[in-house]
Amino acid sequence: MKKTHIIILIFIAIAIAVLISFMGDLTTYDTVASAREKEGKYVHLIAKLDKTRPLEYDAVKNPNYLRFTAVDTLGQTTVVVYHNAKPTDFEKSERLVLKGSMKAGEFECKEILMKCPSKYKDDVNANKKNLTAN
Amino acid sequence: MKYIGEHLLPGQLGHFFVVLALVSSLVATIAYAKATNAIDPNDERAWKKLARIAFGLDFFSVFAVFGLLYYIISSHLFEYFYAWNHSNLSLNTKYLLSCIWEGQEGSFLLWTCWHAVLGVILIFRAGKWEAPVLTVISFAQFCLATMILGLYIGSVKIGSNPFLLVRDMFQDAPVFARADYLSLPQMRDGQGLNQLLQNYWMVIHPPVLFMGFASTIVPFAYAIAGLWKKDFGGWTKQALPYTLFSGGVLGLGIMMGAAWAYESLTFGGFWAWDPVENASLVPWLVLVAGLHTQVVYNATGHSLRATNVFFILSFSLVLYSTFLTRSGVLGDSSVHAFTGEGMNAQLLIFQFIFLLPALALFGVRYKQIPHILKEEETSSREFWMFIGALVLFLSAAVITWQTSFNPIYNKITGKTTAAPEDVEFSYNKIQVFVAVVIAFLSAITQYLKYKKTSRDFWVKKILIPTILAAVVTLIFFWVSGIEYDKKGPGFLGALYLALFASIYSVVANAGYIWSGLNGKIKSAGASVAHVGFGLMLIGITISASNRKVLSVNSTGINLRWDERSKEKPMENLTLIKGVPTDMGKYTTTFLNSDSVNKTGNIIYYKIHMVAKDSSSEFDLYPNLIRNTKGQENFSNNPDSKHYWDKDIFSYISYADNMDRREDTAQFKNHLMRVNDTVFYSNGFIVLNKVVPNPVNDKYHFTPSDTALMADLTVFSKEGTSYKARPVFYVEDNLARFSLDTVYAQNLAVGFSKVMENQQIEIQVKESSRMVPFVALKVYEFPHINILWIGILIMVAGFVMSIFYRSRQGRLKAVVAENKN
Repeated sequence: MKKTHIIILIFIAIAIAVLISFMGDLTTYDTVASAREKEGKYVHLIAKLDKTRPLEYDAVKNPNYLRFTAVDTLGQTTVVVYHNAKPTDFEKSERLVLKGSMKAGEFECKEILMKCPSKYKDDVNANKKNLTAN
Repeated sequence: MKYIGEHLLPGQLGHFFVVLALVSSLVATIAYAKATNAIDPNDERAWKKLARIAFGLDFFSVFAVFGLLYYIISSHLFEYFYAWNHSNLSLNTKYLLSCIWEGQEGSFLLWTCWHAVLGVILIFRAGKWEAPVLTVISFAQFCLATMILGLYIGSVKIGSNPFLLVRDMFQDAPVFARADYLSLPQMRDGQGLNQLLQNYWMVIHPPVLFMGFASTIVPFAYAIAGLWKKDFGGWTKQALPYTLFSGGVLGLGIMMGAAWAYESLTFGGFWAWDPVENASLVPWLVLVAGLHTQVVYNATGHSLRATNVFFILSFSLVLYSTFLTRSGVLGDSSVHAFTGEGMNAQLLIFQFIFLLPALALFGVRYKQIPHILKEEETSSREFWMFIGALVLFLSAAVITWQTSFNPIYNKITGKTTAAPEDVEFSYNKIQVFVAVVIAFLSAITQYLKYKKTSRDFWVKKILIPTILAAVVTLIFFWVSGIEYDKKGPGFLGALYLALFASIYSVVANAGYIWSGLNGKIKSAGASVAHVGFGLMLIGITISASNRKVLSVNSTGINLRWDERSKEKPMENLTLIKGVPTDMGKYTTTFLNSDSVNKTGNIIYYKIHMVAKDSSSEFDLYPNLIRNTKGQENFSNNPDSKHYWDKDIFSYISYADNMDRREDTAQFKNHLMRVNDTVFYSNGFIVLNKVVPNPVNDKYHFTPSDTALMADLTVFSKEGTSYKARPVFYVEDNLARFSLDTVYAQNLAVGFSKVMENQQIEIQVKESSRMVPFVALKVYEFPHINILWIGILIMVAGFVMSIFYRSRQGRLKAVVAENKN
């Protein structure tokens, strides 16, 4: 066997090992109920902001503390604590991907991905609304 | 119905040219294919003539389409959906071009325009390779023309037409029942360009990036031509300048995107391993792998098969990235993956219509492709270049897998896997080793000779650069060091290794210009490009791992609201207007938010920074851009202060006008005597004395005035105390009073009445709304300039190589002709 072939095989073996370890790091998308079952485990919670419950954020007192209630598609809710600044247009978001884990009944959020009506996807629909609303 | 005031001609012309582009590119494809397969030279000439005319028409058509679309946008013809949806009247002229590539159709258009330019250049320069190479490019032009066709066959939509009218787009909207709908206010102005794209990088980054994407077709087309004509190795010398061009331009385009992300997005860096970024990086990695094997083949005859594979894959990966970023499969995993317009099937066909025939052709011809049976020596340059190319390719493969595993796996199995907890680290921990290997190989390989190198020769040459690189690394370790220990000592060690390898690469390649090439700058393109690449890696390693958050909340104001605050990153600092606040090495003051730009859609916050060691003093202007597309509120836009050795990077994480709410808090009245105490939610207030006609730093009353000042002290629970000095006075026979505010406690205090029995009425309001403030995030990026300088040097190296190699190619051609 040629040296190149041996090296290629070694590289492929490393690549496979790397990919397997990557698979081990993967997390899951969850609902409130399934996230509660995996308390302490890092998950992606797909939910919406519950606009009927109060949202707590006061940047003068502490810009790194946001507390709100999220509701998932099955209608279950959880309190979410996010130790960072409130994202722009947060109240207008249509869907949230919350990354973090459940701790003592509250969702400790590390990162928020927002899907806003303005961001590309629903662009056209939002604009259509503008067309008729004005 | 006859509508009033519409300009239909540009749209009709535009659509005509789209169809003309489609037809002419199809004719060019067929004619060039016929010319390629012709046996009789007369036939070949005739077909080629027809093909050139057809390709010329295609060239003219795609530029006409582009020009018409620009005309529609710049003349604000809002009856067209493209202008209405992507632009508005108040837009700065320099951003009108950006409107074209905000939409999917415009970016396809950009792509096809670059193909047309490259095609015309190749018609003049490709010689005997013109017919097969242009067949491939013409066919790509045909495919791209279908993307902007906008034709329905039954319910299947082929392409998306950029010349659609608003009334075609929203046929059922009631406004179109009126013949004069264009005079309605919602039709007189467009929706505007997305605020984040209103940045100068967005004017130049997409054209450069798409030129890079488009140019990957040239080496691909040459490889296909070689396989097709069974002249397997005949094209590699002629195609080398094009490969270099593609590598340089695509690299530049990617890093311009990084610069845009750094300057106008707020994820705090230049690279986030976002799928959109990965999708452009991966074809570049594979292309650069192909570039190196192509050079190896030209010099030694090895690695031709690998070169073919790399070029087929790099172009296919461009198509794959188009599919990934435009089909919406990445929906949840990317911040800015846009969703398709129902063209997924078409995009998928686009992908496979090139990949499958190319792989099939390669498979059929595989055995015939010449290769050298004898293996490369371990001491040869070509052996290690091939290994390097292989590592680049595997790196690309791993990134592709990580980027597209979840969406595809979930689609197939219906499971719900998601990205790892720390997405960036999941890439970094692998790619740091790729960086180590690549930088190391690029340092030592130039010192090896093709075929075989004697050990003594190599050791003698490489010794000085090695020592020098080790010394520089040690000095850096001693002076500054890498402070990234978040991921444990293993990763920190890998970072040091990467830093050493990158420094080694810079030193060794710079040294090679003298010791290997005797200072012949003309032929030093590769060394220069490697120096640039090494510098990029150094800049990336240092600035990303030594990035510091400066805006650490150390003020102590009301942290008790956050009981878990100590273990959390407190990376946003609230600045109250006019109050100097401690921020690490700096004292920071939020001065005002009074200035706006010309069109009034950007508000600048003036932040004054003074270094505590008084070494520097400057203002930062992080700003808020008013959202477009009918959305209220603002988006934040960073500002940086650039130094030669670092950037101070800041953006607004929260400001009160990001969401205005009514101030609902009410004043509470208290009757007080001197030494009385009243309580508020966070402490108590003591009335020390009442001073008539006060003269001090705040008030300047004269003895003839009638004024009283209440001297109050506010004691907070945290043990801090503040002065409050509201006054009550008589002016023009009317009783007036002025408030005093204690921002740090959210208090407004008024002296509203003088009562009997030496009592006064004090009003107290607690509200966060009255305080002008801004919450800020500030980073320090050390040595980020090394990254930007590295990019420029790398691109310069590519340009030097293009000139050198194309001159070399021409000289060889002349020599060959003379021999005949």
